[in-house]
Amino acid sequence: MKLVTAVIKPHKWEDVREALETFGVTGMTVSEVSGYGRQKGHTEVYRGAEYDIALVPKIRLEIVVDDADAEDVVGIVVKTAQTGRIGDGKVWVSPVETVVRVRTGERDEGAI
Amino acid sequence: MDGYYAFMLIATALVLMMTVPALALFYGGMSRSKSVLNMMMMSYVAAAIVGILYVAVGWSMGWSGEGTLSADPFALLWLDGVPTGDYIYVMFQMTFAIITAALISGAVADRMKFSAWVVFVPLWSLFVYFPLAHMVFSCTEKSLICGRIGAQDYAGGTAVHINAGIAALVLVVLLGKRVGWPKEQMRPHNLTLTMLGAGLLWFGWYGFNVGSIVFAGEEGEAFTERFISETGRTFGNTTLATMAAILGWLIIERILHKKATSLGAASGIVAGLVAITPAAGAVNLSGAVAIGFIAGAACAWAVSLKYKLGYDDSLDVVGVHLVGGVIGTVLIGVFSTSEGAGGIDGLLYGGGFGSLGDQTLGVLVAVVYSGVLTAVIALAIKYTIGLRLDEEDEVNGIDLAEHGESAYDLHSGSSGSGSSILAGSTSTKNEGVKA
Repeated sequence: MKLVTAVIKPHKWEDVREALETFGVTGMTVSEVSGYGRQKGHTEVYRGAEYDIALVPKIRLEIVVDDADAEDVVGIVVKTAQTGRIGDGKVWVSPVETVVRVRTGERDEGAI
Repeated sequence: MDGYYAFMLIATALVLMMTVPALALFYGGMSRSKSVLNMMMMSYVAAAIVGILYVAVGWSMGWSGEGTLSADPFALLWLDGVPTGDYIYVMFQMTFAIITAALISGAVADRMKFSAWVVFVPLWSLFVYFPLAHMVFSCTEKSLICGRIGAQDYAGGTAVHINAGIAALVLVVLLGKRVGWPKEQMRPHNLTLTMLGAGLLWFGWYGFNVGSIVFAGEEGEAFTERFISETGRTFGNTTLATMAAILGWLIIERILHKKATSLGAASGIVAGLVAITPAAGAVNLSGAVAIGFIAGAACAWAVSLKYKLGYDDSLDVVGVHLVGGVIGTVLIGVFSTSEGAGGIDGLLYGGGFGSLGDQTLGVLVAVVYSGVLTAVIALAIKYTIGLRLDEEDEVNGIDLAEHGESAYDLHSGSSGSGSSILAGSTSTKNEGVKA
C-alpha cells in the first residue's frame, strides 16, 4: 500500500476530489494547511505598512491506496490540480506498512 | 425649543455610542487577536470612569462661570444647583469627555497596564480635558482659546482631537514600542469590526457635530430659524467632508502603495470627521469637501511617519487625530465664511490672515497645554505604579494577562467543529472556579 500526499491550491480542491471519486477513491483525509515553496508568500498593505506574508494557504490530501493505484492517483491529482502557474503544489508517495479499519479490525488491502 | 430638546436627547445618545461601541470596534478590529478585548475595554472603562468624574467636577470646571483655563471646580460639585432640566447639556458634554480619553487608547495598544490606564484616564480628564473643554467650548471673554484668542472650534478640533492626538504621542514616547515593533508583523486581526466601527462613528458623529449648536439669547422664530439653518449646514458639511476624505485617502494610498484598501476607507472616514469637527459650522459645502479631501490625503501619508520617526503609535491616533485635527482647525482660517456660525471670513473669502493666525495660535495652545500636562501625569504613573505590562505578558497577550479572557474560541466548545476534541480538555479544568 502507498500513502499519496498532495498539497494543492485551495480552489482546485473540488475538482480534484471529483476526479478522484470518479476514479474510485472512496475516502481521504483533507486538511487546511499553510506553507510556502519557491513562490514564497505575498505582500499585504495596512495603512502604508507593507507586510510580507510568508505562508500561503493550501489544501493537503492524504489518500491510502493499493500499490497498483498509486501512480494513477498521482496522475489524476497532478492533471486536475495543475494551472501551470507558480504555487500549484506537490504530490508525493510513501510506503505504508499496515492499515487497520477501526470498526471491524480488517487489515491492509481489506481496510482501504 | 421642544424640538431642540428632543434632538439633544438623541444627539447625546449618539455621541455616547461613538465610544461604546463604535470606537471600541474601530480600534479592536485593528489590534491583534490576543489584545482585542483589552483594546475595547479601554474605551468601555473610560466611559465609566470619565462619566462619573464629569458629573462630580467636570461640568463645574467647564461651565460654572468664567476663567482663563477653567471655571470654579467646586461651584457645581456633583451638579449641586444644576436643575434637572439642564442635565441633558451636562450629559452631552460628558460624552465628549469620554470619547476624548478613549481616543488615546489606540496609541498604546497591546502593552499598557490596565491599572495604569484606569489611573491615567481620570487624572488626564481632570487636568487636561476638563480645562481644555472650558477654554474651547465655554466661550466667555476670559476663556483662553475661544474668548481671548478667538479661535473657532465648532465641536472640538482642539479640545478633542488635537488634545487626544498630542496626549497619545506623549504617552507612546514614555511607554515605548511594543515588543517586536516594527520588525514583527502586527497586522489588523479583523477589519470587518473596523469597517463597522468606522460606520458607526460616522453615524454617531452627527450627534457630535450637529448637536454642538449653541444658543445665546435667541427665542421664538429667530431661534427656530437659526436652529434649522445651522444644523443643515453642520449636517451637510459633516457628510460631504467625510465622503471627500474617503476619496482623498484612497487616492493617496493607490498612488503610494498600489492598492485602495478597506482600512484606508475606514480611516478616511475618521480623518474626514476629525477635520470637519472644528469647521462644521464655519465653512460651506465646498470648504467642507476641500478640508475633508486634504485631511484624508494628508492623514494617509502621515500614518507612515511613525516608521521613519520610530515611535509606535499603534493605531495611528497621532497620524489621524492630531494631523486631522490640526488640518481642520487651521484651515478654518482659509475656508471660513461670514455666513457661517462664527461670522468670520477666512483667507479665501477676503478676511485676510487674521483668522488663520487665531486658528494657528489656538492649535499651539492646545498642543502645549495638553503635551506638557500629559507628560507630567504619565511620568508620575510611570515612576509609581508603572505604565508598562510585563514583557512576557505582552507577548502572550494582554487579554489573558490583564483580563483572564480570550476573545475568540474558534476551535473548541460545543460547536462540533473538527478540532473540538483536541481543544476540549480545557473545559474539564474547573478547579479554579468557586461556587
